[in-house]
Amino acid sequence: MKLPIYMDYSATTPVDKRVAEKMIPFITEEFGNPASRSHPYGWTAEKAVEEARRHVADLVNADPKEIVWTSGATESNNLAIKGIAEFYSKDKGKHIITVATEHKAVIDAFRELERIGYEATYLTPEPNGLINIEKFKAAIRPDTVLASVMFVNNEIGVIQDIHSLGNICREHNVIFHVDAAQATGKVDIDLTKLPVDVMSFSAHKTYGPKGIGALYVRRKPRIRLQAQMHGGGHERGMRSGTLATHQIVGMGEAFKIAKEEMHDENKRIKKLHDQLLKGLTEIEEVYVNGDLNHRVPHNLNISFNYVEGESLIMAIKDIAVSSGSACTSASLEPSYVLRALGRSDELAHSSIRFSIGRYTTEEDINHAIDLLKQKIGKLRELSPLWEMFKDGVDLEKVEWAAH
Amino acid sequence: MAYSDKVLDHYENPRNVGSLDKNDPNVGTGMVGAPACGDVMKLQIKLGKNGLIEDAKFKTYGCGSAIASSSLVTEMLKGKLLMKQNQLKILLSLKSLRYLL
Repeated sequence: MKLPIYMDYSATTPVDKRVAEKMIPFITEEFGNPASRSHPYGWTAEKAVEEARRHVADLVNADPKEIVWTSGATESNNLAIKGIAEFYSKDKGKHIITVATEHKAVIDAFRELERIGYEATYLTPEPNGLINIEKFKAAIRPDTVLASVMFVNNEIGVIQDIHSLGNICREHNVIFHVDAAQATGKVDIDLTKLPVDVMSFSAHKTYGPKGIGALYVRRKPRIRLQAQMHGGGHERGMRSGTLATHQIVGMGEAFKIAKEEMHDENKRIKKLHDQLLKGLTEIEEVYVNGDLNHRVPHNLNISFNYVEGESLIMAIKDIAVSSGSACTSASLEPSYVLRALGRSDELAHSSIRFSIGRYTTEEDINHAIDLLKQKIGKLRELSPLWEMFKDGVDLEKVEWAAH
Repeated sequence: MAYSDKVLDHYENPRNVGSLDKNDPNVGTGMVGAPACGDVMKLQIKLGKNGLIEDAKFKTYGCGSAIASSSLVTEMLKGKLLMKQNQLKILLSLKSLRYLL
């Protein structure tokens, strides 16, 4: 067993070896610029880029012409949100809607639009992390131009009801953007059926390389957006810049493998997830964050009450996981996602995100369970909160000397 | 994580973990922090003869450095006179541990 065991697949995934092999010739031999129309170097690169575009489109049942290459999901989200708001606000208005638990690439793009005069609504999800459809509908106004909702949440793994949300957007003539960075290869996406106008993708969450992503931009009905990167007019003017052929080839291959293998792979990962869940919930006072049914099996976000997240991560250094609390970034703020779900401070400070994937084994899971059981016990022996809980003290009623 | 060896040692092998009898007239108990801030420390000392701190125990909920500094402080307290000067010395030592600024 290789230590530390990697259980942070939601942060990034390793590049599948089959993907890396496919990429290498496009760095050294087939190095042409896909925009070079005058010689075979360019033609070969262009052919590879278009084949990759088809693989990405195939995974989500879209037309390859609807796929625009970007540098990753952050850029895709920025391009979609700012590009659409800019293009349509003149006619429709300047109100935009998203959810408090979105990725920072969406939240911060919204904040930027607010700074230049847009009005934003940040919906609070239900305690299970899911959006209440009625509340979503109620947030729409006559001047709402765009709504942005992520498919699968990166911290808690819940799957939003994109189909219903998209239908509401259609009814109210609101453009609907979906960040699907954490969804590809995990949930079935069929864009011929899903009422989604623009969708963001990332390669490195699906066993492809970092630094490459894509944006789906619907053609029927046609969605327009204002380019955010100006230059040679690549990607039909939506995103200028020389295409990174080897990265694109990698993303294409990764998405092709995802389409072929996701069905079997997800069954295997579901089994590992259930094994991990069963093992960890044998520990006293643990709480799963996010709905247990509407979630991807790749993610298990769990709060170990009365134990602080950062010290727990230190204690379990044999497994590479991340804490909901951003203690490592020097701010002691608990996860904004868990706070938005209404989790108490103790629980928000005590969360660990386990995310598993293609190379996680049963043995890894057993090792993690054993380690957690042992270390939680040790840290609770150290915890005054655990002692108070065991003495029957109601922590909600204590007057804390905050500092 | 850029913790010093000393912090790691006290985190992995914390000294003087536990509780003293809070009803003992010679035992003093203090608790600071709040779950909302991510750390809570409970510190107890037991006074012996001549004002010497005979024993010290702690329990801490918090990040690695909070646990380590709590452990260190209990070591420093033991055998010390309960005086202002000693409190200052302890604060300076904690500063050297780069926990307190």
